[in-house]
Amino acid sequence: MKPKLSPLARGLLACAALAAVLAVADAALHDVLAQNPFGAPKPAQAAEPEASGIIGWLLAKQSEFYRQMSSTIRAAKSDGSAVWTLLFISFAYGIFHAAGPGHGKAVIASYLVANRETARRGIALSFASALMQSLVAILIVGISAWVLNATARTMCKAEGAIEIASYGLIALFGLRLVWVKGRTFIRALQAAQPVPALAGVPHDHDHGHHHHHDAHDHHRHDHAHAHARHGHEHVHDEHCGHSHGPTPSELAGPGGWRRGFAAILTVGIRPCSGAILVLVFALAQGLFWAGIAATLLMGLGTAITVAAIAVIAVSAKDIATRLSAGRDGGGALFMRGIEFAAAGVVLLFGAGLLLGYIAAERTTCF
Amino acid sequence: MGMRAVFGLLLAVGLSLAASMAHAHPHVWITSTSELLYAADGTITGVRHAWTFDDMFSAYAVQGLESKTKGSYTREELGPLAQTNVESLKEYAYFTFARADGKKERFNEPVDYFLDYKDTVLTLHFTLPLKNPVKPKQLVLEVFDRSYFIDFQMAKENPVKLVGAPAGCQMKLDRPNDGSATAQKLNEQTFLNGENSNFGMMFANKITVDCP
Repeated sequence: MKPKLSPLARGLLACAALAAVLAVADAALHDVLAQNPFGAPKPAQAAEPEASGIIGWLLAKQSEFYRQMSSTIRAAKSDGSAVWTLLFISFAYGIFHAAGPGHGKAVIASYLVANRETARRGIALSFASALMQSLVAILIVGISAWVLNATARTMCKAEGAIEIASYGLIALFGLRLVWVKGRTFIRALQAAQPVPALAGVPHDHDHGHHHHHDAHDHHRHDHAHAHARHGHEHVHDEHCGHSHGPTPSELAGPGGWRRGFAAILTVGIRPCSGAILVLVFALAQGLFWAGIAATLLMGLGTAITVAAIAVIAVSAKDIATRLSAGRDGGGALFMRGIEFAAAGVVLLFGAGLLLGYIAAERTTCF
Repeated sequence: MGMRAVFGLLLAVGLSLAASMAHAHPHVWITSTSELLYAADGTITGVRHAWTFDDMFSAYAVQGLESKTKGSYTREELGPLAQTNVESLKEYAYFTFARADGKKERFNEPVDYFLDYKDTVLTLHFTLPLKNPVKPKQLVLEVFDRSYFIDFQMAKENPVKLVGAPAGCQMKLDRPNDGSATAQKLNEQTFLNGENSNFGMMFANKITVDCP
């Protein structure tokens, strides 16, 4: 049964779509603008932050696990059973570390939303990128510290270079997504122009629709080449709710593994600073293998959390798709808008990280 | 239908907000002992820090360094590393922020710096001279890393010393409790609130000196 949409409902839907897009943009902008490390310190909030909070707890937990690692590796030198403790701590650290904030999850989640990927692919991407992240850390330390006996300074510089490269990759990846999704979005906007009404649409609407359609044709005659702008004007028209955008199946592109690989590379190339520190520490204790095992388990823990976030992202998208499927073109337009916004988030993240506005994720070399 | 629409949107918005919280957690722990240096006439000339790094970072920092005796490093052997340290710290404003009667003060480049290695941990000693020595009624000195890559804690015993301060000066230290306790105190609002987005502030050690 097709619900009859009142003008109010349509207005609400349009506002909701706008709000969602703004929220995404705001979130990204917020990061881009908020974190200048050289700005004057802002006065702290007067009120003492109240107790509890999931993020506070996550931060506390991961710090706790991380700090236990060095003593556990030391203990493992004389007591083999401490290795099991180390593995458990690493795994737990990975889970908590990934549950905290970070760009990897944001990029994967945004990528999945932008590309209409399945949950299964989301899980696979999460595991593959976490594994790659672990391997990169092991390779960096294995080659530079173990084989070349390079100093921390050299290693940190290498890490910094890889970091910059990875941020550049995110920006490029985001740029490509924005390009592809932006074109799809614009096409959806153009398609959102009114077409003759469907059977079942109440008569009064039908009437108004036709009326507008005529006016529209006339308009088009005058501005045959101004398609994009033309379409845009009509989004604000209350009739956009009645038009037919392309269906998701028409727009779904091939989900090749090559594209997935780009996501894995983008997220996985940057090693976790924590893993590098653990590896070097283990190497110094003569237990490099324990460091490698710890790093792989950290990666496994990370993968599980990121996969969970990926599934949530895909589910949220699915819910939104199902909701908008009940409507006509406006819904499809809404979804294309969300995808476009998600692509924009990836680009903004990349640019923000690259330009140093999101300074919190910079490795500090000193 | 309506409820589900709201739910879906909330999820989407929540997710995008979650994605925006690109904050780090500490990878390096520093225990600091700090001295405020006073001239004979009662002006503050600078700050002298002794920063002890955690076990893991210390091992990382000495990786690849040459030493005569395995597992121990002399001050001379650590000289180049100390030099690197203080040079790199400039980018981060030495994680030390001073305000004299509310006015922001700047520091010159560090002097008298060296590293020592004892009980598997490194300690970096350095003096930060104030660009313009001041004689304020109130001096506020904060030590923290804005990005919270480094967790700073003032030492448990004798964290702050006033060297040659005029009689009657009162020192007060506000610690961010201990690292984990402070983290517990943060709630989601802290992260979603723009005012607090530089959340490294939450972990600042604040030294306040009031002089008559």
